[in-house]
Amino acid sequence: MRNPHRTQNIAFFFLLLATLLIVIPVGLIVVIIIQKGLPAINWQFLSDMPRQGMRAGGIFPAIVGTIYLVTGAIIFALPIGLLAAIYLSEYSKDNLVNRLIKLSIVNLAGVPSVVYGLFGLALFVVFFKFGASILSGSLTLGIMILPVIITTSREALESVPYSFREVSLSLGASKWQTIRHIVLPNAIPGILTGTILGLGRAAGETAPILFTVAAFYLPRLPDSIFDQAMALPYHLYVISTQVPNVDEKIRYGTAFVLLALVLFMNLIAIIIRYKFRKKKKW
Amino acid sequence: MIKFNIKDLNIWFGSIYALKHVSMEIQANEILSIIGPSNSGKTTFLRMLNRLNDLNQSFKMTGAIKLEQEDLSSIDAEFLRKKVGMVFALPLPLPLSIFENVAYGVRMQGIKDKKVLAQTVENSLKESYLWEEVQNRLSESAFKLSGGQQQRLCIARTLAVQPEVILFDEPCSGLDPISTAKVEDAMVKLKEKYTIVLVTNNVKQAARVGDRTAFFLNGELIELDKTDKIFTVPADKRTDGYVRGEFG
Repeated sequence: MRNPHRTQNIAFFFLLLATLLIVIPVGLIVVIIIQKGLPAINWQFLSDMPRQGMRAGGIFPAIVGTIYLVTGAIIFALPIGLLAAIYLSEYSKDNLVNRLIKLSIVNLAGVPSVVYGLFGLALFVVFFKFGASILSGSLTLGIMILPVIITTSREALESVPYSFREVSLSLGASKWQTIRHIVLPNAIPGILTGTILGLGRAAGETAPILFTVAAFYLPRLPDSIFDQAMALPYHLYVISTQVPNVDEKIRYGTAFVLLALVLFMNLIAIIIRYKFRKKKKW
Repeated sequence: MIKFNIKDLNIWFGSIYALKHVSMEIQANEILSIIGPSNSGKTTFLRMLNRLNDLNQSFKMTGAIKLEQEDLSSIDAEFLRKKVGMVFALPLPLPLSIFENVAYGVRMQGIKDKKVLAQTVENSLKESYLWEEVQNRLSESAFKLSGGQQQRLCIARTLAVQPEVILFDEPCSGLDPISTAKVEDAMVKLKEKYTIVLVTNNVKQAARVGDRTAFFLNGELIELDKTDKIFTVPADKRTDGYVRGEFG
C-alpha cells in the first residue's frame, strides 16, 4: 500500500534539493569572490591607475569607464524605452502588428549579448563612424537593455487599475492627462525597478563593449564621449586571460568590485520596490 | 426641457448585441431611474451618455443621441464628459489626497489658482454633504475614508467639474444602509441643479428617489413611465413581475 505521507516527504526532499542546487553555486561564487577579493580592496586599488602592464596599481579608469557606459546607456535607453512602453500599453490597439511587436521585444531580451556587440560594431562604430568610443558602447548597451526596460515598464503601466483611467476620463481629462497624472506616477516604482535591473545587466556585460569601446590598457581617464575607455568586465577578462602573471588578488579584487556594483544596483531596485509597495494604496 | 433625446439606439460589443432599438427622452432636472436584471443593458446605456463605451475596441452603434439638439458624436468627448459627469458602482477614489481628488477635474482644465481650487473643493464637498466630516483632513489619502464617505467624495469630485448631468452607475451597491441613505439624500437635493440618471439594482431605491423609472430587459427598453405608475400599475407584465421580485 502506498503511504501518502512518505510520498509527500520524498517530493519535498527533491524540491528542496532542486532549490539548494540553485542556491549553493550562487552562494559559493559570492563567498569565494569576497574571500579572495576583499583583501585586495583598499583606497589605492580603487583610486589608482593600473601600472606595470596591469600587474600593479588600481582599477580606477575601469570603474569610471563602467560608470560612464552605464550612464550613457540609461540616458539613451530610458526615454526611448519608456515612450515605447507607453505607446504599447496605452495607445496601441490589440491587432496582429502590435502583437508581433510585443513578441519581438520579448524575444530581443533573449538575443545573446555578443550579437548586440557585433550589431553595435557594424552600426555605430563603422556605419555612423563613431569609432570605438564611449558613445558607441553606450548606444550598444542601451539597445541591449531596451527590451528589459520596455517589458518591465509596460507591465508597470498595465498594473495600474483600468478603473483609474476611466475615472480620470469621466472627469473630462484627456487621454494624455490621464497617462501623465494618474498612470505614470503610479507606475514609477515598476519602471525604476526595471531600469535598475537593466543597468545592472549593462554594467556586467563584456561582449557588447568588446568591439565597440573597451580599451585593452588605457592608464588615463577618457577625455570625451568619442574616446575609448576601460571597463570592469572587459578589464577582468584581460587580466584573467590575456596578461600573464597577474596577481590573483588583483583579479579577484576586480571581480569583487564588479559584483559589488551590480549587487548594489539590484539592492537599490529592491529597496525602491519595497518602499513603494508599502505605500501602495489600492 | 428635454436634456437627452435618444432615437433607435443599437449597440454591439463584437458579436454581442447589447442594446436593441432603444428610444427615449430624458428631462432636465429629473431623476430617471433605470432598473432591470443584470445583463439587461442598463450600464451600457448609461456609459453611452458620456461616451465611455468608446474606449472599448469592439464597440459599435447605430442610431442617434442628442444632448440639447446637438448630436453626441459631434461633441468632443472631453468636453462632453465635463458636461456629463459619472459616479461609478464602487467608490473609486484616485490615489491622491481628499483635496486633490476633488480638485483633479478642475486642475485638468488648466485652473491653477489656489483660491479658486480651494473654493471649488469646499463647495463641492458641501454639496455632497461630506465637508463637515473631512474639512480638517483634506490632505489625507482618500483611501482612509469609509466606503460611504469615499462614494460621497466621488460625487463631490464629479460636481467640482460643474456638470449639467450626473450619471450614477449603481452608486450604492457596495454601501451599507446608512451610507446609502446619505447618498440618496444627496441625489434628491442635487436634482434641483442637475439632471440625474440612476442605474440601480435596487428596485426600492428606484421607487424612493426616481421621478420616472425605465425598465430594461435583455437590451430592450420595456417600459418608461412615472415611478408611481411603474410600481403600481405597469403596462407590461414583465415590468410587473420584475418590480414584484418574481425574477431578478
